[in-house]
Amino acid sequence: MKSGSNLEKVLSSGHFAVTAELGPPKSCDPEVVEKKAEILKGFADAVNITDNQTAIVRTSSIATGVIVARKGLEPVVQMTCRDRNRIAIQSDLLGAAALGIKNLLCLTGDHQSCGNHPQARGVFDLDAIQLIDMVRRMRDEKKFQCGEEMSVEPRFFIGAAANPFADPFEFQVIRLAKKVTAGAEFIQTQLIYNVEKFARWMKMVREMGLHEKTYILAGVGPIKSAGAARYMKNKVAGMDVPGEIVERLQAASDPKAEGIKLCLDIIEQVRAIEGVAGIHIMAIEWESAVPEIAERAGLLPRPQID
Amino acid sequence: MIIADRKPFEEIKELTSKAKNILIAGCDSCVAVCLASGEKEVAVLASELRMQRKMDGLEGEIEEIVNVRQCENEYVDAMRDKVEKADLILSMACGVGVQTLAERFPDKLAYPALNTKFMGRPVEPGVWKENCEGCGHCILHLTGGICPVARCSKSMLNGPCGGSQGGKCEVDPEIDCGWQLIYDRLSRLGQLDALVEIMLSKDWSTSWSGGPRRVIKESAGV
Repeated sequence: MKSGSNLEKVLSSGHFAVTAELGPPKSCDPEVVEKKAEILKGFADAVNITDNQTAIVRTSSIATGVIVARKGLEPVVQMTCRDRNRIAIQSDLLGAAALGIKNLLCLTGDHQSCGNHPQARGVFDLDAIQLIDMVRRMRDEKKFQCGEEMSVEPRFFIGAAANPFADPFEFQVIRLAKKVTAGAEFIQTQLIYNVEKFARWMKMVREMGLHEKTYILAGVGPIKSAGAARYMKNKVAGMDVPGEIVERLQAASDPKAEGIKLCLDIIEQVRAIEGVAGIHIMAIEWESAVPEIAERAGLLPRPQID
Repeated sequence: MIIADRKPFEEIKELTSKAKNILIAGCDSCVAVCLASGEKEVAVLASELRMQRKMDGLEGEIEEIVNVRQCENEYVDAMRDKVEKADLILSMACGVGVQTLAERFPDKLAYPALNTKFMGRPVEPGVWKENCEGCGHCILHLTGGICPVARCSKSMLNGPCGGSQGGKCEVDPEIDCGWQLIYDRLSRLGQLDALVEIMLSKDWSTSWSGGPRRVIKESAGV
């Protein structure tokens, strides 16, 4: 056990894991976070707390993670390289560990030009793979990135993201292998709508034996409308939304219900793929969909492990 | 101009060790003026490499070429005959030149012999200093003709910081405090009042922070 987190226990004991996502508010209102945590509690093994996702300023992922943990829900704190150099990242990680955070998802981060401060200077001192390597060394070697030793090390369960829909397709698996070598113990993928392509990617993952070295959580999420699907298809970088998904939502009399049905169909399909260790449900600003999805997918109750 | 410095010989020896025929390609522009490239520097590196490779028992020819600018297709394309015979082009241009070679000769290896440093100028014989980092939005009219982005170690727009002492920077006593220079120059011009205004946060989207940049001039289009 690297961290002793609930997520690590669930995965290492062979259960099919469920994680969800909780986006911090664009204000400092803790009640918003508490309400979302109440909705998700009991329906996911841990929830990702995004770090200024899409480069839009929100309450910090660490602070939000602590609020969520107080409500009895385990956070996966996300950390990006966009806004902090290696000094700030290491400092924040020590702080997060001191506050009881046990899961960390390491990301390079969306470019600042995507967000609400496109004038900002990007940091990108490290990239995601370098960040993973640094966090692993901090934990396993008790060393800062510079090589200096520390007395008490932060013990994180280290995660990373993978996008089976980014190009060059073949290279994305090699990049995943680099993340695993650097120290990624669990992987959460980009939202999957093109299951056929994801299955091809998983085949390459298995051929490299990566599914035996890391836990792969397939990213899924409900779509509210055909318009939202079309937006993701055309405007969101790194997304692959096949035309038939848009058509299916377009034809539905109740698009929201159809969006949840579609998500359940995808969960059923990805669950059947060898090497998928769990799902990561991304229902940003639609947290209330998570309990229904987990229930109808037959993923409840969540395992209780001491 | 672009200032560059030759890589240590050991590193050049290492990165050329697997090649047989090598073409050392100099550039007669910026990097020649800062004595990193040009005919003489190309000849010196070629003879050093020939000698070393002979001692190491390596076979192959080392050819030399210097063109006007390694960043322009027409000059680079004129190198084709010599490039054909080489396995490796060892570029003594800035990073722009190396990338031009890689693009124009996609089947040849093009490796850098220089470390490209900065945009700057010679301030005394043998000394070049950084002046500009190409942030994409020039404010030299506000700062006495001295750039705080490139010449302050923190790129402060409302400097100097508390580490400025005796006109020197806390990073290194060899570095002049950019803000001391700005202060002195505006004082001389009687424009110190300009420094009372708070300079607001900079829009970095015009810099590399906005992604790799391009300039389009309609008038130059065909």
